Amino acid sequence: MRILGIESSCDETAAAIVSEGRVLSSLVATQHDVHARFGGVVPELASRRHMENIVPLILTALEEADLTLDDLDGIAVTYAPGLLGSLLVGLSAAKAIAYARNLPIIGVNHLEGHLHAAELEYGAIPSPYVGLVVSGGHTSLYLVHGFGNLKLLGATRDDAAGEAFDKVAKLLELGYPGGPAIDRASLTGNPKAFRFTKPRFSSDDSLDFSFSGIKTACLLIHRGAVAKGDVSEQFTADLAASFQEAVASILVDRTLDAVRRHGARACVLAGGVAANRRLRELLKQRADDAGVPCFIPPMALCTDNAAMIAYVGARHLEAGRRSDYTLNAVANQEIGI
Amino acid sequence: MNSRIMTHTTTSPDETFELAAEYARRLKRGDVLALEGELGAGKTRFVQGLAAGLGVPENVYVRSPSFALLNEYKGGRLTLFHFDFYRLVKQSELMDLGIEEYMDGDGITVIEWADRFPTALPARTKHIRFHIVDDNTREIQVVL
Repeated sequence: MRILGIESSCDETAAAIVSEGRVLSSLVATQHDVHARFGGVVPELASRRHMENIVPLILTALEEADLTLDDLDGIAVTYAPGLLGSLLVGLSAAKAIAYARNLPIIGVNHLEGHLHAAELEYGAIPSPYVGLVVSGGHTSLYLVHGFGNLKLLGATRDDAAGEAFDKVAKLLELGYPGGPAIDRASLTGNPKAFRFTKPRFSSDDSLDFSFSGIKTACLLIHRGAVAKGDVSEQFTADLAASFQEAVASILVDRTLDAVRRHGARACVLAGGVAANRRLRELLKQRADDAGVPCFIPPMALCTDNAAMIAYVGARHLEAGRRSDYTLNAVANQEIGI
Repeated sequence: MNSRIMTHTTTSPDETFELAAEYARRLKRGDVLALEGELGAGKTRFVQGLAAGLGVPENVYVRSPSFALLNEYKGGRLTLFHFDFYRLVKQSELMDLGIEEYMDGDGITVIEWADRFPTALPARTKHIRFHIVDDNTREIQVVL
């Protein structure tokens, strides 16, 4: 089954073609270069950029896969969660092609895409597995029993981990994107220089996350150092390293806690923050210690992409599910609750 | 326009939450709240309190929309639209978001980092300003 996947839920426009679990082509029009110039802010709201990008991307995805629209067996498109204006661009393109070519169309939740992306690299993952989706917009932990059968175990109650990285990087004037910037700065820093209180929730067994308190603590430490004239390169490196260590260990603690509590047979990391060196290292190490296999797909499958959407869409279509032309964009949609 | 400023001092995030939950009781359809104040000043925590005060169910996550730009919380007395201008650069982006339709709609609109685009806000906007006093203390000014 050759499926065209389309993704436009946030800043990136993406198109991909997947056939029998194999990625034939996968393209992402990223705005990172433009972001960097603006110091970590989106220069132009995505919907207009999506409109400019979407048709050329789909055509190039077909071309790279050496296919034409005639060769497709279906269209998969992200319909939730995300910005309505952005999602609608992808949905409209998907519906138009489906209608013109009389192809089945299936709407895919972006988070479900992330959770199954590792299967494109590693094939079937032993289930149940714990999947951590961690990016600028999401920090959520799931127990995945199998396709279409998953449960939300916990999520952030305030800031997403990637958002905290971006905000602290901006505070320390380290640049954008925050994850890699903090990572670089922390190489020469002492991760034990500053200690942060780990977030506590009213119910002790919660697998939720919170990063707002650590972000604020960084702000206050930084402010104190500015007042004393103590902001040196070493201070910045130490604070970056300590912050990164705190965030990575919270993410890893929760993930392995979930593995233990639910008797999971593997853990999977997904989302843009998976690029963080310390997070990957710590998760691998701690999963090894616990004797649990840990799957971290290559970055192209961790960050937003359309291959994961095409793959999940194909699985739905194979199972006989399909959407119709009333498929609409949904801004907020949790899965597994 | 005559406006009265009420200044509250909170000594923990929970107190900020309670203040907002109490404040939510007086809100009505079509209200627009502009939250202004630096990183870590308690803006998102305040919105969590607003949601609770409006009766949004506890299992709905109320979190920072810095990345998503807009979150919607339903299930309370009125729908709460939670915007964040942190990442935006140009006011025209607000048009792309369709913010006017939300502000003129049937819910309550609350905007973090609203001071980035003061001219995008309607005259009826209620401004709420946050100041960090020390580690746990925040001064919150509500313009009534």
